[in-house]
Amino acid sequence: MFRGNGWRSAAATSSMQLEDGARVGVIGGGPGGSFFAYFFLENAQRLGLKVALDIYEPRDFTAPGPAGCNMCGGIVSESLVQCLAMEGIRLPAGVVQRGIDSYVLHMDVGNARIDTPLHEKRIAAVHRGAGPRGIQVPLKSGLDAFLLGLAAGKGARVVRSRAEALSMSGGRPVIKTKDQEQAYDLVVSALGVNSPALKAFETLGIAYKPPISTKTYICEFRLGREIIQTYLGSSMHVFLLKIPRLEFAAIIPKGDYVTFCMLGNDIDKELVEAFVNSREVGECMPPGWVVPRDFCHCSPKISIAAARHPFADRLLFVGDCGSTRLYKDGIGAAYRTAKAAAITAVFDGVSADDFRRGFWPTCSRINWDNQVGKLVFAATRVIQASRTLRRGVWRMVAREQVSRARAPRMSLALWDLFTGSAPYTEVFLRTLHPAFWTGFLREIVAGAWRPRPGPGDSDAGQHGKGVSRPGIHRAAG
Amino acid sequence: MLDSMGKAFHDQEYIVQQGEIGDCMYVIQAGSVEVIRRVGDREFSLAVLGEGEFFGEMALFDQEVRSAAVRALGDVWVLTLEKRSFLRHVRRDPSLAFRILERMAHRIRSLDSRVVAMGT
Repeated sequence: MFRGNGWRSAAATSSMQLEDGARVGVIGGGPGGSFFAYFFLENAQRLGLKVALDIYEPRDFTAPGPAGCNMCGGIVSESLVQCLAMEGIRLPAGVVQRGIDSYVLHMDVGNARIDTPLHEKRIAAVHRGAGPRGIQVPLKSGLDAFLLGLAAGKGARVVRSRAEALSMSGGRPVIKTKDQEQAYDLVVSALGVNSPALKAFETLGIAYKPPISTKTYICEFRLGREIIQTYLGSSMHVFLLKIPRLEFAAIIPKGDYVTFCMLGNDIDKELVEAFVNSREVGECMPPGWVVPRDFCHCSPKISIAAARHPFADRLLFVGDCGSTRLYKDGIGAAYRTAKAAAITAVFDGVSADDFRRGFWPTCSRINWDNQVGKLVFAATRVIQASRTLRRGVWRMVAREQVSRARAPRMSLALWDLFTGSAPYTEVFLRTLHPAFWTGFLREIVAGAWRPRPGPGDSDAGQHGKGVSRPGIHRAAG
Repeated sequence: MLDSMGKAFHDQEYIVQQGEIGDCMYVIQAGSVEVIRRVGDREFSLAVLGEGEFFGEMALFDQEVRSAAVRALGDVWVLTLEKRSFLRHVRRDPSLAFRILERMAHRIRSLDSRVVAMGT
């Protein structure tokens, strides 16, 4: 199955290049697995390489509720929407539950709405499965079923069995299911951090160490399309509130549902109630809304530190079980790592050295960016803790939005931070510009002197809802 | 439509004007568009493009003005990709330009066939 000498690239010296007849096994049919399969098969076809690829995915993503859900907030970032468009992959209506064209930042000192450039819907709010538990008419296709369908369309075979064990035999990885064993030339793990199957890789004698994770909380409430449009619009609602242990929270409007996402330390019932019952959340939701007795909710783990050694000879880890972005854009990170892995496997080879040269730089960039991200989120925590700083942020965004500033530095930094549309390093670099600090310090001082913005820079006092709201709202002095 | 991406244009609305300076390309998310070239008073329909196809990409590679106009056929949703975003994405992942090259090659091939057909 392997060719001794490289022929695809003059620089390639791999002793493990895939040849006609090679078999590849992918464990996990979420975005990481589907993207890997799609790009692997696409590039193999371009090269004229005849290979077989199996995706092991026991779950049915067309089943509503937890059975078909990969548990995440369900945001496809602006940059991923653009990359997919360039790849010729269009997220169809139905998979996209709502196009997002803005976000509204909620703080105790006021709200500010920030629109996308050109007022386009550039972020996709999706359900990963067929919709939340209790949905009356399950979706025909959520994101994961759509992506798995794309991979199958390229020729991937979807094996509806759980990969129960992984072993090495004659130097080749073997996947064992309840019914069969199959040896492969390459096995790709695209498991999530929530998958217990990840443990199987720790016994292989490779240096792989799974990512460090923390718990989040996600819940979904049915409000109906019209009510959502009226009160939340096509905006993602982001909350920077001074609630102990709550790092960040968002409300994402979808078709008939809204998704609440919370990040923080030791999220428990008390913290969830403190957020859901906060005044700022109450102002977003329809009057008289109360948390229903039964609703779809989960506490999935998310990776906060990358896996160690996410590759070995003929073994790879893509998506969440390898490297992913801190807090945001996990689907985008799955796309990037899976594509880098697929291109390396097709064009360079499947040895650890090949992956170190072709795949690892992508992971390494993500990991490095996450370190900068930690710094950025630490700064966000400082802002969260200080009313003076929160007011400065709010005033600066408000002024930028009302004046339609040519370089809305705070708005752009927050947009990229909260939507995951740009690397954290870019966010950080934006904040180093002298004009950013001049503007921020001016607004901090002005806010301390005159907490309520003047008539020329706000619609202070309005408590309107959703899309009807202009740039900024309410100045709570 | 709540579940469409990009920006909406209505029937016969111009998305791109011939002669204007372009700094972005567009990807059709829903609906279809007509590509038109005006020469004097005459109007030539060059192509009809549908979902997933793109137009305006030449502006990403040269500094020339738009060589044709594009208008909506019915309601259309298009996603804009600014030159700056495009170049940033391609810098990170050069293979992203492949599909555009593929599409341009296809258009050149199609034009060649039309030139030959006109001469015979």
